[in-house]
Amino acid sequence: MKTVAVVGASLAGLFAARSLRKQGYDGRLVVIGEETQRPYDRPPLSKEFLTGKVDEDELALEADGEDLDAEWVLGTRAVGLETRERAIRLADDRAVHADGVVIATGAAARRLPGSDGLPGVHVLRTLDDARGLRDDLTRGGRLVVVGGGFVGAEVASTAAVMGLDVTFVVAGPTPLAGPLGPEMAAAVSELHADHGVRLVCGVGVRGVSGKGASPAVVLDDGRSLPADIVVVGIGANPCTDWLEGSGVALDNGGVRCGADGITSVPGVVAVGDCAAWYDPAFGTHRRVEHWTGAKERPAVAVAALLSGGTAPSGPPRPHYFWSDQYGVKIQVAGHAARADSVTVEDGSPADRSFLAVYRRAGEPVAVLGVDRTKLFTRWRRQLATAAAQGGTA
Amino acid sequence: MIPACRLADIPRGESYRLETDPPVAVFHTEDGEVYAIDDTCTHQDASLSDGWLEGCEVECPLHASKFNLRTGTVDAPPARLPVRTHQVLIEDGTVYVALSDAPPNLPPSCVAARLTAGGVA
Repeated sequence: MKTVAVVGASLAGLFAARSLRKQGYDGRLVVIGEETQRPYDRPPLSKEFLTGKVDEDELALEADGEDLDAEWVLGTRAVGLETRERAIRLADDRAVHADGVVIATGAAARRLPGSDGLPGVHVLRTLDDARGLRDDLTRGGRLVVVGGGFVGAEVASTAAVMGLDVTFVVAGPTPLAGPLGPEMAAAVSELHADHGVRLVCGVGVRGVSGKGASPAVVLDDGRSLPADIVVVGIGANPCTDWLEGSGVALDNGGVRCGADGITSVPGVVAVGDCAAWYDPAFGTHRRVEHWTGAKERPAVAVAALLSGGTAPSGPPRPHYFWSDQYGVKIQVAGHAARADSVTVEDGSPADRSFLAVYRRAGEPVAVLGVDRTKLFTRWRRQLATAAAQGGTA
Repeated sequence: MIPACRLADIPRGESYRLETDPPVAVFHTEDGEVYAIDDTCTHQDASLSDGWLEGCEVECPLHASKFNLRTGTVDAPPARLPVRTHQVLIEDGTVYVALSDAPPNLPPSCVAARLTAGGVA
């Protein structure tokens, strides 16, 4: 391979570029990114970056003096992939020819229809988004957070600690019901009430009205919640529009790929939030939007790309993700969604410090730690060992 | 030299946290080596002795930064600054640590917490 192009310059793209060099690829390496910034870390954008505790320099993912001998094409979007000519078309009409392509274009925040451009209404995905939100939060006032995922829960937490008046609107029974399961999600969501956040669950959002100077969130039941700031955290869509007509197969919008990242087109692999990897534990292709997956999977995909798909790929580590809310460390490993039971094995939800194990047919498939770091690490290792021995956690 | 613990108190693959200021983590690797590094991750306030020890690397229990136990260097982000390494001596079954006199790379949150608490960062 003479040229490899990595399309996407965030965590997964950077780790793909690093893996290429680490695995001995010494040809031309081009990294294409829509944003103008060098790779930066997104998790702090909903937390320490908003409070000002972490600044932009501290978000950089590249080490000081790190040189991957790559050409960085930043500030321009990929708009097409010509698989026959092996060329990536860019929004500024340039084209990058490459023998190997790593698709790492990530995902974009979903928006509420009609809310674009309303003053005080934010989504949170990019550094630009975070700068705008930070400026508004610094002014204080009433914040309404829409959406019960990690972005919503963390922004609610950060803003409450900053002293804003926070209402958190969740369509489901409780925030984080998907990733934690309803029972443990309910226990963890007590943190919001503990810190004076009003939790409004089980009601959808009709839209945001922007009459007058400040926005209001209009609920399905007709209620209207006046706000100074609104944060919409209702998930993200994979950035795969540019692959339309390329022959790269998609699966529910994500790039469909095998357990090694190989797509339907030879010489093209996919990593990160845009990739729907085959997941043996579920027997389906799934997009998993976790930071650790975006960091760990590129090494596997790059090995497959460089070997033409003949590199053996071991069983992946169990999924791992974390969230920091109100100074409490919430950590999850494995797949809570596969469990048929969950039990608290240490500590107590009432103390907001506990460890819970999720099981399926008696076998551990996931673990949740709430301010139980050491014990959690032990369980996470056990799940990894079980997975390496052919289990399915 | 500070006596940290008995070597027998740290099985291979385990760690011991020495409550100095800042605290120090002593690791006993699967290969039988003993290393001491600063216990606080340079990225955020997390205890590396709670982390995942694999070979000669420890992974931060929170955000998965990896540090080399021999050199203290960052093997995987989000951390960007190295941890200090401390000299280890084992005598008569006791682990002794000679603290580095280099300034520690404490995370910003940690420094901020100390400042608000009125302490000296």
